[in-house]
Formats: sequence, C-alpha cells, structure tokens
Amino acid sequence: MNKLFKIAFSTSIFFFSLTIDAASRDTIKIVGSSTVYPFATVVAERFGKKTIYNTPVIESTGSGGGLKLFCKGIGIEHPDITNASRRIKQSEIDSCAAAGITEITEIKIGYDGIVIANSRQGQKLSLTKRQIFLALTPMVPNPNGEEVLVKNPYKTWKDVDPTLPNIDIEVLGPPPSSGTRDAFAELAMEGGCKTFKWLADIKKQDENKYKSICRSVREDGPYIEVGENDNLIVSKLNANPNSLGVFGYSFLDQNSDTIQGSMVDGAYPTFENIADGSYKVSRPLYFYIKNAHAASIPGIKEYVREFTSRGAIGQTGYLTDKGLIPMPNNEYKEFSAAGKKLIPLKTL
Amino acid sequence: MSNTSITEIVNKNLQTRYKKEARFRRYGQLSIFIAVTFLFIFFTSIISKGYSAFYQAEIFLKIELQQEFIDPDNTNDLEEIRYGDFDGIINESLYSLFPEITKRSDKRELRDLMSSGASIKIQQLVLEDLSLIGKTINIWLPLDDEVDMLIKGNIDVNLPEQSRRISDLQISSIETLQTQGLIKNKFNKTLFVSGDSRESEQAGILGALVGSALMLTITFLIAFPLGVSAAIYLEEFAPKNRFIDFIEVNINNLAAVPSIIYGLLGLAVFINYAGMPRSAPLVGGLVLALMTFPVIIIAARASLQSVPPSIRDAALGVGASKMQSIFDHILPLALPGILTGSIIGMARALGESAPLIMIGMVAFVVDIPTSPLDSSAALPVQVYLWADSPERGFAEKTSAAIMVLLMFLLLMNSLAIWLRNKYEIKW
Repeated sequence: MNKLFKIAFSTSIFFFSLTIDAASRDTIKIVGSSTVYPFATVVAERFGKKTIYNTPVIESTGSGGGLKLFCKGIGIEHPDITNASRRIKQSEIDSCAAAGITEITEIKIGYDGIVIANSRQGQKLSLTKRQIFLALTPMVPNPNGEEVLVKNPYKTWKDVDPTLPNIDIEVLGPPPSSGTRDAFAELAMEGGCKTFKWLADIKKQDENKYKSICRSVREDGPYIEVGENDNLIVSKLNANPNSLGVFGYSFLDQNSDTIQGSMVDGAYPTFENIADGSYKVSRPLYFYIKNAHAASIPGIKEYVREFTSRGAIGQTGYLTDKGLIPMPNNEYKEFSAAGKKLIPLKTL
Repeated sequence: MSNTSITEIVNKNLQTRYKKEARFRRYGQLSIFIAVTFLFIFFTSIISKGYSAFYQAEIFLKIELQQEFIDPDNTNDLEEIRYGDFDGIINESLYSLFPEITKRSDKRELRDLMSSGASIKIQQLVLEDLSLIGKTINIWLPLDDEVDMLIKGNIDVNLPEQSRRISDLQISSIETLQTQGLIKNKFNKTLFVSGDSRESEQAGILGALVGSALMLTITFLIAFPLGVSAAIYLEEFAPKNRFIDFIEVNINNLAAVPSIIYGLLGLAVFINYAGMPRSAPLVGGLVLALMTFPVIIIAARASLQSVPPSIRDAALGVGASKMQSIFDHILPLALPGILTGSIIGMARALGESAPLIMIGMVAFVVDIPTSPLDSSAALPVQVYLWADSPERGFAEKTSAAIMVLLMFLLLMNSLAIWLRNKYEIKW
C-alpha cells in the first residue's frame, strides 16, 4: 500500500508540472445570449471544420451576463466576443470603457420572432397585443371603462374578449432572467398596453410607473414560468392542448409538426411575416467584438467573416434553416462591411 | 391473582400487537414497491427514449473522387485539397441515383438529405490517402438528422407538407432508397468518437467524457491525499480539545454544503482571483475536489475508527513508532473502506453539474480537450446542453448521454462494492 501512495504522490506532482502558464490562447472565447447560442454554435462549428483555426468555445450566459464578462477587461482571460439578444446599453459601453475597452464592433445578425404557440390539437388562435396584455398583466384597466387599474379578473380567454374561445388562460413562458421574456414584455405586453391612451399618457409623466404597469406579468397563476428550457415548454404544450407557450421562433420552426403559432395583430409568425415586419413581436440579435483582441487571438477576423457571410446570414444562408430571420439587404450590406473592417461602434 | 391478570392483559393486547407488526411490514413493503416502481419508470423512460440514439440512418453511395472537384489545378497540396468541393462530389453521386429529378429546387431538396458531416468524412479520407483522387469508392455516409427522425418514426407524415420539416419529394426518395437497400440503420459510432456538434447526427460525447475524466483525475489527486492525511491526523494525532472539536463539526458541515456554493467559491477564487481560464477541467477538478474532500475525510475517519485498538496496541507493543503503526498496520487495514468512501464521493462529483455551470463549463466545445487547461464540457453538462437544443434529434441524444452517465456511475459504485467485499475484514 505504501507503493500506491508513492504512485499517487508522484503523479500529482507530474500533473502540477503540466500546469504550464496560459500566456497565450489560440481558441476564440465567446459568451452571451442563450437565444443567439444556437446560431453562433452552428457558425463556430462550420468555422472550426472549414479553417485551420480551433473551433471557438461558446458559453451561454445570457445577454446581460455576457456583456458583464465581456466588459471586464482586455487580456486572454476575458472573452473576445459576446452575443446579445438586445442592443448594448450606454451603461455597458461606459463600463467597457472604464476597463479600457474603447473599440467594440457591433454586428447585427438578423431577427428572432417571439411566438405564442399551442399544440396542433388545440384551436388556432388569433390574438391582438391588447388581448395578450389584458390576459397577462397583473393590473388591468377597469373593464367597465373607468380609467383606473383593478386586479386582473380574467380567468378565461373568453373573459378577455367574447370572440375568443372559452378556455382557461394558461401561458407557459420564460422567467424574468431571460432575454425572451424581456422582449415579450416590451414588444407584446407594452404594445398592448399602449393601445389604452390614458396608460400611454403615463409615459410622459412617469416612465418608471409606465414600465411597471405595462411590462409586468401576473403572478396569480395564469402565467407559468417554465425556466429557460424552451424544449420543456414545447413538450408541455403537447400534453395540454389548451395551454399556450411563449418562446423563440426557432423552436416553432423545429417543431412545426406538433405546435402552431397564434396570429398576433393579424399576422401569423411565419418566416416571411417576421422578415418583412408584418409580424410585430420580433427583435434584433447582435454580437459584439473586442477589437483589441482581433490582433492577438488568431481567427477572430475570419470567424466574423464567416458569421457575416452571405452563406450564413444572407437571405438563404444556413442559419435561416435554424430559424434565424435574415436582415433586409441594405442592412446586411452595412453590417457585413462593418464585420470586414471591424469598424468600432461610435455611439448608440 | 396478579399473575392471571397479566396473562389476561397480554392476551387481550396480543392481537393488536400482531396486527401492528403486520401493518408495519406492509408499510415497509409498500415503500420499497413505490421506490422500485419509480426507478423502473425512470429507467424505462430513459431507455425507451434513448436506445434509438445508438443507431443512425446511413446511405450507401458510389462516389467518384473526380480530380476536377477536389484539386482542379493538380497541385497535390494538402491545403488546396482541404478546400476541395467535396459536397459537389456527393451531390453528383446522389443526383445519379435519381436521373428523373432535374428541377433546381428539387435537386436542392435531394441535397438536403445528406448530413454536412458526409463531405467532411470524404475530405478526411482523401487527405489521408491522396492516391484515392480519381478513383471511385463505395461508402456508407451519414444522412441528415431530419431523415433519421423520419426513419425512426418521429415525424408525422400525415400532416400537410408545409407543416413538417421534410418534403413529400424527400419522403418518396427516401422510400425508394430504402427499398433498394441503400439506406440502412447503422451503429452510431459518431456518438462515441466525436465532440459536441450542433447537427445532432454528428454530435458525440467523447469531448464531455474526456473532460469528465480529466476533472475526476484532478479531483482524486487533490482530494484523496488531502482527505486521507487530514483524517489520519484528526484520528490519530490531534489532541482532544475544543478547537479540534470545532474543526470536526465544521468538516461535517462542509460535507452538507450545497454544491452550487462550491461553484461560486471556485468562480471567485480560482477564476477571478487566481486568473485560471474559464471552462477548464482544471478549475472544475479543483471545485469538485473541494466538494469531495470533506466526504473523503468522513469516510476515512470512519474506517480508521473501525480498525480494532488491539492492532494499534500490538504494533506499539513490539516497539513500532506511532508513525510506523499507522502506515504499516492501521492504514492498510482501513484502506478498502477509505477507497470505497472515496469512490462513492467521486461518483457524486461525476454527476454534479451545478458548480460547473458557475465556472463556465456550460459551453459549446467541439474540439476534444487534450490538457486540463483546454476548454471542455462534462457529461452532466452535456446532458443539460442537449436537453436545451431545439432540434428534434437531440431528444434521443440527451437520453443516450444520460445512459452513458448512469453507466459510469454504476461502474464506479460496483467497483466500490467489489472493493468492500473483497478486502473487508470482519473482526
């Protein structure tokens, strides 16, 4: 048994001597949004197979978490690129600048639609943003027309609007930590909220109050938080045809044989409708490059080149097969040029 | 007088006491039955969902490795050949099977049947053996995951064409190929020999397996010597005072700390303070070592305690020093127990994902890690990542990865049982 100890001891010494200093890095490190993750990983994999460079390592941290890591500083221990399902904020640009990161290139890769879907066994729904807002907000304008907020009394979709079916409101969606939830609250909920003129007027007086009225989601049961796992939502929809789910378009696209998207404000969430803007609940997706790293980490320029190529995010690029909605051509040209020359972002 | 009354009382209660016992037994049996049922449901659900991941649809193609596609300028330069049009070669071969399909859009649909891994397979073959250029080879190539899902019956073909991800033309051509015997289910070797991928038909768990192995090696090398030394000191040398009692209580508390806390600690100390790389098995191993270390101390102390004092006294009695009595007599006798405890602790570390999320191991890593400093995933994290992927093919891959993880856990636990049975000494 003494021998065993000697072996264990000497191997552990050997292992520590292996711990060479990590003064250089030849793999691109990417962090950021879980919505962009399925697209970025596809590009990374192609890039790794096509070129002589290593496949970039992509970590899914959420948009906010990714920008926080990204803005920590320059150096190999910090990520080179961060993905985001929303635009960078001025406060984030400032914190980046405080850490010495002054040159950031912004690339928009396309759009993602947020869909409200149910099982194909259920009834196909046609909703308006206003109905979505009324069904899911904690405080609704008094149904009798008075301009005051009362606790949301609606239990079924029929309560919200007599033209809707008589089924309980049950919406499965992401938790507040998710970018999808932020976008849903901003685009769908606030969009519906604005249709009440007196609520829209609050914005001028007190923006915070307006946001808390328009972007909150009720917590008394009808909205069920199902975590960040969109697959789970999809399988729960199939179990209960009366419930609706909120998630990114790519999950509808991949599961179109079992679930169907609801019409919102007269447009179905189809590829064409999201691309031409007639389906309104959609948001842009971005990634940000630390220009200072482009010279020291091999492959960054080539990776950006691959991501902004027509083959990837153009009208028929391979990312469209994964559910990305491509940008219109003029926008595409602007960002692919920015990607080629790494033109830093000036101001928002 | 009093005697008879006691017998009476006993007789009166006897039936109730028997009944109580019978009831208790039934409760016990019921609990075991419930536990076994849940275990059975769990295993059936995982296996029934996951077994199909171990085979995959492949197509048998006759491929002409034409010079003009691979190396049109006849350079024989590996870098040039790397960029050869291998997709084109495969497409030509596929079109030749369906001469009646001429429309561009139809050809595109035909092309989509192939996995993008097919051209990489051909590319590698050619790069390994340049003499193949100009020859014709017969080869099994992977098909797209949608085709695989169709063949496995996971796509409802009765739906209207636009609401499924596979077209009527594609279905009919797959059927033709199947009747010709050109499409068959083959053992899915890719699952075991490649790293992660976003195309489910090319995704494998080798990267995660290697990552987990590297991590567990580091965990063992750090936690085992430290844990055993600490246990020996506490058990054999430490004075009995308040301070040592305090330390003992805290070690027991450490063993109960939720694992995510260790992840946060690792993030703060190893990554933010010591500047170690994110997503590296080195950091993962260190964090898991911190987590396993108190478990090993507790197991080691228990088995040191179980060595009878007579052994110790005998060693000291014939003139051995305390050190000699411990290392030559007590430790060898306690070692099977220590190893069993450590292996069970390591098995727990293998299945742990929460602390790894904090230190950035939830990452998409394609390349197989070669050192503990490379970025890597780990088995439980791979399960988490696949469960979150939108493509249908990943559902079965998730279950398959769970099966592999469970297999390793079972192996480790049976090793622990085997060690215990083989070396345990009854006193």
